[in-house]
Amino acid sequence: MTDAKMVLMANQIASFFATQPGGDQAAGVAAHLKDFWEPRMLNQLKTYLGQGGEGLHALVIEAGQAL
Amino acid sequence: MKDFIIPWENGTGIQDDIDRGTPAKTGKPVTLTIDGMEITVPEGTSVMRAASELGIQVPKLCATDSLEAFGSCRLCAVEIEGRRGTPASCTTPVHAGMKVHTQTDKLRRIRKGVMELYISDHPLDCLTCSANGDCELQDMAGAVGLRDVRYKAPKNAPLANHFETRNTSGEANPEWLPKDDSNPYFSYDPSKCIVCNRCVRACEEVQGTFALTIEGRGFDSRVAVGAENFLASDCVSCGACVQACPTATLQEKSVIEMGTPDRSVVTTCAYCGVGCSFKAEMQGDQLVRMVPYKHGKANRGHSCVKGRFAYGYATHKDRILSPMVRDSVDQPWREVSWNEALSFAAKKLVGLQQKYGQKSIGVITSSRCTNEETYLVQKLTRAVFGNNNTDTCARVCHSPTGYGLGQTFGTSAGTQDFDSVEKSDVVVVIGANPTDGHPVFASRLRKRLREGAKLIVVDPRRIDLLETPHLNEAHHLPLKPGTNVAVVSALGHVIVTEGLYDETFIAERCDVDAWEDYKAFISDERHAPEATEALTGVPALALREAARAYAQGGNGAIYYGLGVTEHSQGSTTVMAIANLAMMTGNIGRQGVGVNPLRGQNNVQGSCDMGSFPHELPGYRHVKLPEVRKIFEDTWGVELDAEPGLRIPNMLDAAVDGTFKGLYCQGEDILQSDPDTKHVAAGLAAMECVIVHDLFLNETANYAHVFLPGSSFLEKEGTFTNAERRINRVRKVMAPKNGYEDWEVTQMLANAVLKETGGKPWSYAHPAEIMAEIAATTPSFAGVDYTVLEEKGSVQWPCNEEHPDGTPLMHVDGFVRGKGRFIVTEYIATDEKSGPRFPLLLTTGRILSQYNVGAQTRRTENSVWHDQDVLEIHPHDAENRGLRDGDWVRLASRSGETSLRVKITDRVSPGVVYTTFHHPDTQANVITTDYSDWATNCPEYKVTAVQVSPSNGPSEWQERYNAQAEQSRRIEAAE
Repeated sequence: MTDAKMVLMANQIASFFATQPGGDQAAGVAAHLKDFWEPRMLNQLKTYLGQGGEGLHALVIEAGQAL
Repeated sequence: MKDFIIPWENGTGIQDDIDRGTPAKTGKPVTLTIDGMEITVPEGTSVMRAASELGIQVPKLCATDSLEAFGSCRLCAVEIEGRRGTPASCTTPVHAGMKVHTQTDKLRRIRKGVMELYISDHPLDCLTCSANGDCELQDMAGAVGLRDVRYKAPKNAPLANHFETRNTSGEANPEWLPKDDSNPYFSYDPSKCIVCNRCVRACEEVQGTFALTIEGRGFDSRVAVGAENFLASDCVSCGACVQACPTATLQEKSVIEMGTPDRSVVTTCAYCGVGCSFKAEMQGDQLVRMVPYKHGKANRGHSCVKGRFAYGYATHKDRILSPMVRDSVDQPWREVSWNEALSFAAKKLVGLQQKYGQKSIGVITSSRCTNEETYLVQKLTRAVFGNNNTDTCARVCHSPTGYGLGQTFGTSAGTQDFDSVEKSDVVVVIGANPTDGHPVFASRLRKRLREGAKLIVVDPRRIDLLETPHLNEAHHLPLKPGTNVAVVSALGHVIVTEGLYDETFIAERCDVDAWEDYKAFISDERHAPEATEALTGVPALALREAARAYAQGGNGAIYYGLGVTEHSQGSTTVMAIANLAMMTGNIGRQGVGVNPLRGQNNVQGSCDMGSFPHELPGYRHVKLPEVRKIFEDTWGVELDAEPGLRIPNMLDAAVDGTFKGLYCQGEDILQSDPDTKHVAAGLAAMECVIVHDLFLNETANYAHVFLPGSSFLEKEGTFTNAERRINRVRKVMAPKNGYEDWEVTQMLANAVLKETGGKPWSYAHPAEIMAEIAATTPSFAGVDYTVLEEKGSVQWPCNEEHPDGTPLMHVDGFVRGKGRFIVTEYIATDEKSGPRFPLLLTTGRILSQYNVGAQTRRTENSVWHDQDVLEIHPHDAENRGLRDGDWVRLASRSGETSLRVKITDRVSPGVVYTTFHHPDTQANVITTDYSDWATNCPEYKVTAVQVSPSNGPSEWQERYNAQAEQSRRIEAAE
């Protein structure tokens, strides 16, 4: 998929967890990604994060460390 | 339908099928004596029914057990000791100690006199009548011993009647009316009508449409449709009137053509998620008619136009019966043997995995196929291909239900059975159109609404449910597409801030910390209906009144559909709905609950069977080693622990060049999935697409292998409906393609295993597949074909703990333990209207057509809907200079198409609506690739569009049709 679409999808997930109470929003994002994203999608995200992760929600960037 | 009793046969599923005259009742036991025999029945039961329970059939004409007693024909008169006269047994309830006589000289005289009068105005053409052998009038003439009709015409004057076209002088009979053959499926012959009123009552009581009435009085009484003919009337062709008619007045055209059936098998409808039980009535291997089965627990003897009549596709000339292959999609198809096709497919799939990796191929299971077939397809990818690339059409409909209810309640299951609606006091329908999408449930709901239940509809359109005759209190919240979360949260805000929540239920049954978080969140003024009104378009007062009605109106039940799920916040709305039910304590008993109305017949089952890429059967994540071990031990292979690709991800990966092969059973993703151009690009990028279907569907335009499928009439198996009810599907004829679909999947698996050296599969019957499902999936542990034969159906969970199944979920506690409130912040979709695309398009379906129309378009149902049309508000139409019926161009950022316009205030200004049943229109050219944040369920329900005048089909449509025609060529056999 295009990076733009991937960023949009990841940010949608982050936007949900950002509204949730408690301090573990990034963990929620990471768990969701691991549970539902196929490895090649996760790899694309990790590669993109490695390139700076432009446009990604802060929670996705934080979650990236746990992927 | 007449009291046509076919002997009980083993394996047909038919149980007691006698018409007992009046409906069953529940009440305390009452004992009485009928013809000297004692019987105990529930209070409220009619004398007629009590007699029938004893095996005594009191003669009757206007009574049938699907309708409340009417007492007009007088044929069922009985004598009761200590009472004067001869009361009608259908309208007389039983009393303790009552002594009834059903056969006396007096009663015989009365009945004979009644029948004589009936027959005096009825043609005596029994031998050539279509109801011959299946006519209650004929039966009753025999039962009462009628031997003569004494009424003769007076001298030099004709005897007035309704059945002779001309009198003896050759003059036209003014009382005679011609047949009405306008309905494609049944005929109305007024000359045979005995004005018993059963059709009118069936239309009112069973269907709830009120299309029929009796006009005139006495001799002039006629069944009337309030229009020129049946087709032009409000009739929805459900067939309840035909079924209720005791004569040939309302008769299926198939029976007129073929004659009466000689055997009958109970099976399950293959259309929507209601899952109606039907008797397939047969002559040999020819289907004569489908009659809803009165012991079917989902439909209780009712049907819609699709289930009862629209089965002609199964024998349509378009069906492909031979396997076909081709090397590339620009070539014509080549018919080959099964062996050649399977070997061709297997070599391609194995070759792709060798070249592009184990995860380069996958499957799409079908929500139209059986549980057993779906189970095998997902097993094929997990156990044979060695990856988790399996998905199903639930991805594009109810996947957010899986996530949302799973997070809040602990399971995605709908909480109720359909009977539950009979106990509801307030019914909330959100983003669903039951009269069109789930018609038999809608009829059951309408019955409850006529009894006084309140209705709350949350929908951008004024759906037909709001036009229910004799509707009591109704609220319509016509929200702007895309604002579901804001509206449902505002309902929650009103309930919480006005103190209407059920504190005891929350304290006992829910996670109290999560409730406190939620309560603080939802109490904020930004969720108040006054604050959201500008955003949602729903007037604040209307929303407050609806919230109060739901919270304070007694048993509150929520039913929802794809108008909830198919949004970028689909999962969030599902959670918001669950929050509403929990805060009001509307969970865990009859009449309440959260009920997703599933689109296709086996959406529930296909999800249960492990079709999703992250879950093994029974909704258990593939990451869990203890779950994988169960299947690894059973299947003898190691399983992939990582989730596979979902349908949109498969298409993306295909465009990227890493996903190369697909086995697609019984789905037409090119027509049904969003952003058609992207789907086409994905399919075109694959090197092996295997389509397994009845027809060369749109997806097959991009296929390399076509494996012909079998219809639901040609296979054994089970479907699971929206209430988790596992119903048997029974084979009533041999598969025209040679194999049931589970056999085809098994042959494909074995062809691949032959290439890879694996151990072949050897299922001999779907019962063996169900045994494997039961052995590996705790919620199905108690399900087997013997149990289904005995009980008719069961609702999962069905296991040691629940041997009879589970009609209601979460009765004593939630599946996850404590119900979990989840904060549901509204986040606007990125799909927004603007200067270029100022309108919002939302899509849905219509009663007569089903999904992509592959089945219903190949039936006479197209007389009601032969093309998709665009509904637009008069204001928006006027701004664009459009008149009703004009061609318009419908464009979004994804694409454009053309279709005709229908001007209606059913949609609000700024909103347009269409269906996606016809490939000529391809509504999904317009929809975008935006999707639900949690599940990737596409956002079908919100697309920013522009509508402008047009001269006809767009260039894209013409190009598409030309390509489709080219792609469907079949090489002539040598």
